[in-house]
Amino acid sequence: MKLKKLIVASSIVATGLMTNFAYAADTIKVGVLHSLSGTMAISETTLKDTVLMMIADQNKKGGLLGKKIEPVVVDPASNWPLFAEKGRELLAKEKVDVIFGSWTSVSRKSVLPVLEELNGLMFYPVQYEGEESSKNVFYTGAAPNQQAIPAVDYLINDIGAKRFVLLGTDYVYPRTTNKILEAYLKSKGVKAEDIMVNYTPFGHSDWQNIVSDVKRFGSKGKQTAVISTVNGDANIPFYKELGNQGISAEDIPVIAFSVGEEELSGFDTKPLVGHLAAWNYFQSVESEENEEFIENWKEYIGDDKRVTNDPMEATYIGFKMWVKAVEKAGTTDVDAVEQAMIGVAVPNLTGGIAVMNPNHHLSKPVLIGEIQEDGQFEVVWETPDTVIGDAWSDFLPSSKNLVSDWTAPIKCGNFDVTTAKCSGQKF
Amino acid sequence: MLRLFPLLLFCVMSFNASAAVSETQEPSALSSLVEQLPTTKLNKMAPLIENIAATSAPQVRDILEPLIEGDLYYLKSNKQVVSVQKNEQNKYELIDVLTTESLPAVKKSAIKKVRTNNRLRGQIRVLLANLDLMSVEEGVRLDALNQLLENPNQIGINLVTKLVKTEKEDDVRELMSVILLINQLQTGANEEKLAAAKQLSERLEPTVKNALVKQLDLLPKQDDTAELRKALVKSIDNIEQSASVYGLVENLFFGLSLGSVLLLAAIGLAITFGVMGVINMAHGEMMMLGAYTTYVIQQLFPNLIEYSLLMAVPAAFLVSGFVGVLIERGVIRFLKGRPLETLLATFGISLILQQLVRSVFSPLNRQVEAPQWMSGSLEINPMLSLTYNRLYIILFALAVFFTLLMILKKSSLGLHVRAVSQNRDMARALSVKSSWVDAITFGLGSGIAGVAGVALSQLTNVGPNLGQAYIIDSFLVVVFGGVGNLWGTLVAAMTMGTFNKFLEPSMGPVLANIIVLVGLVLFIQKRPKGLFPQKGRSAE
Repeated sequence: MKLKKLIVASSIVATGLMTNFAYAADTIKVGVLHSLSGTMAISETTLKDTVLMMIADQNKKGGLLGKKIEPVVVDPASNWPLFAEKGRELLAKEKVDVIFGSWTSVSRKSVLPVLEELNGLMFYPVQYEGEESSKNVFYTGAAPNQQAIPAVDYLINDIGAKRFVLLGTDYVYPRTTNKILEAYLKSKGVKAEDIMVNYTPFGHSDWQNIVSDVKRFGSKGKQTAVISTVNGDANIPFYKELGNQGISAEDIPVIAFSVGEEELSGFDTKPLVGHLAAWNYFQSVESEENEEFIENWKEYIGDDKRVTNDPMEATYIGFKMWVKAVEKAGTTDVDAVEQAMIGVAVPNLTGGIAVMNPNHHLSKPVLIGEIQEDGQFEVVWETPDTVIGDAWSDFLPSSKNLVSDWTAPIKCGNFDVTTAKCSGQKF
Repeated sequence: MLRLFPLLLFCVMSFNASAAVSETQEPSALSSLVEQLPTTKLNKMAPLIENIAATSAPQVRDILEPLIEGDLYYLKSNKQVVSVQKNEQNKYELIDVLTTESLPAVKKSAIKKVRTNNRLRGQIRVLLANLDLMSVEEGVRLDALNQLLENPNQIGINLVTKLVKTEKEDDVRELMSVILLINQLQTGANEEKLAAAKQLSERLEPTVKNALVKQLDLLPKQDDTAELRKALVKSIDNIEQSASVYGLVENLFFGLSLGSVLLLAAIGLAITFGVMGVINMAHGEMMMLGAYTTYVIQQLFPNLIEYSLLMAVPAAFLVSGFVGVLIERGVIRFLKGRPLETLLATFGISLILQQLVRSVFSPLNRQVEAPQWMSGSLEINPMLSLTYNRLYIILFALAVFFTLLMILKKSSLGLHVRAVSQNRDMARALSVKSSWVDAITFGLGSGIAGVAGVALSQLTNVGPNLGQAYIIDSFLVVVFGGVGNLWGTLVAAMTMGTFNKFLEPSMGPVLANIIVLVGLVLFIQKRPKGLFPQKGRSAE
């Protein structure tokens, strides 16, 4: 399709611009695999625009290795199997050098076998549940130990929480995260009776029972906190119900892992004020890089009210790192770039340095923010240093012995330190 | 004189605590403490704030209240602590918290917020509550006492011990005595504990039960405490019993509330599908249009949010009703007697309407604000409070239901509708304009769906997919209740809602939903015509 269009277009522009045609063939192709329609379009369209902005920016600076970068955008339409199909199209037909894409874990899992079969390279920019490390994927979002675990530490140490409610939407990310958190809480001496777990379907809107249960659970004389992996627009009725039943952020604070600036921008934020979120980036953080990034973004998108968020920062870091690695390797060859990526450092947007570790995860600072009335966050706590992303959680029995190291001599995504064996499984 | 002395002492005490005038006030001490606010780390803030409150200076409230509200800032230039108010020119008016002097307004970049977090805010509220115990307003005193009840501290309890003697309002005095009884339970001798445990057996506050349970756990296993143990166990049992009763009432309320939402969603369909027999897959989108109408009304009259819902009800009825008439005239009347085609055509219409809304408004959810009277809850006692929005929606659903029932039973339109649905040819022979009746009936059903959308806008997200979430449930309710029977729809909706909510606590929302669905399927297998089947010839 794309090729046909290109041929038609160039034949219209025709003979005089033959040089241009030759030039177009000699580009570096970057695939963008984000849903532009369906339920995830709301979140993923922003990331597509971020990649396009970064590419335009890089081209303005003279491109990469003396070539222009050419984006190839496809739409997997929030349809998980279609991610595999579109990924194959990008790698086999369009022959892209790198892919930026995916949001939900299930879409990443869907495209993963294709990446490994065709030896592609993908940057995945969203916080996720961990328990994965593929040679062909770089994870620039947070692993659980870069978001969930520090958030629990904050609740225990700074809020003084003794009882915990784990609320989540019913799918893989909340279930795995909550499993890790439960194990972690128990290791911190929290008793099983002080932990309540509850799952709701996508788009749940009748929160009466659950909020009333939380209220009852929290009235036992111990400070209670809610850890929420509730996803998407189910959050609004949830926070509304909390407000209506008279539970304030001071009584029972809610810390969320999926509520960011972009999600809040369509909301009536009054019932949310004072509740918390844990991320690696907030738009409100003051730093030179961040100011520049926000300004560029608003100009590129042509809307002064657009906000920036954590997965955008992850995309930004991922793209900058890839550019650096390609320059270091002097080629876009996947294996060379993959090795060159490890150890690459670029400034993040919160005033520090992001480093790519041998396990394909980033070192990132962890920030806890309180929701403000304007839908922005105010940072109330941050880790003193950056935290190294841990692919395999230390708190799950099945993965506590596993490490990932893609440098020689181990070169394995799931190396068992007790048996000193690589399972051979690719991810 | 001797009797006057305690009173005098009390007066001085209260003056001290209310911080109106104070001998212990040391302005220099306060200012040195306030100076530390900008530079102190969050985890060191708690003692600092306690010290500030302990100075009992008159400015304490002016410092701590803005701190809770997030209006306490400091100037970046000289670290002067100020409370801040945004003015119309987007500048910030400053008031020095120590001298209460006004300073020249500045831009946002010149000031920085004094950091707080939820824990500090809670701590400050407790400190302020002790000041509020002396307030002249009854409501403020009650709030302060509730705060003290949850976070007991010695200063507050001492204060209450003195205040309870002069308190005039019954409910305030009652709450005071509860606080004192809890204190007695925790610190008194065994006989006092026994008396407190007995007296507290009727109290519903969760703190009371926690205190009793704690005492029971701490009680040594000796013979001389046997009586106290018995009293504690009895009181706890008593409280738990009322807790389970109120829990049941609350669950029933939740069930009726879910039922009323189902009723609202299904009631329009009960007419178009139940009475007219048209399978209208675009029914959900009629609700969506109603919800969007609420949004538009709020955008048009941003100053009348409190009345927006009242305005939205007729507006949504007209908008959805009008679209309904259009659909009937434009599509459905050509497909009479062909249910499969009607189903497909209306499904197409539903997609068109969704896309239309996506293009006009954006695919993102729209923000519909809740008016003040729809937020918060009606507190019946400390164990049972009913949220206002649900309460109003139950009433609203019943009102809509009975209005519709009246229209169908008593008006000439209702007579025509019933006549056409029972025997079209005979009705036409008696000069009823059946095509006109069809259009009006369909409009009526759609309009009511629009009205339901207004209510839904208060409960769920207003987005293009709003209708899809309810369409299946609506059909289920109508079929379960018996097609063509309005009362059946009412009973079916309430039954489904209550069942769902009673199953939910033990098995979670997903499984509860599945079980209700399976139950429904089995029921329909057994009685294909629903709870209240149509009888007589017209049913065939």
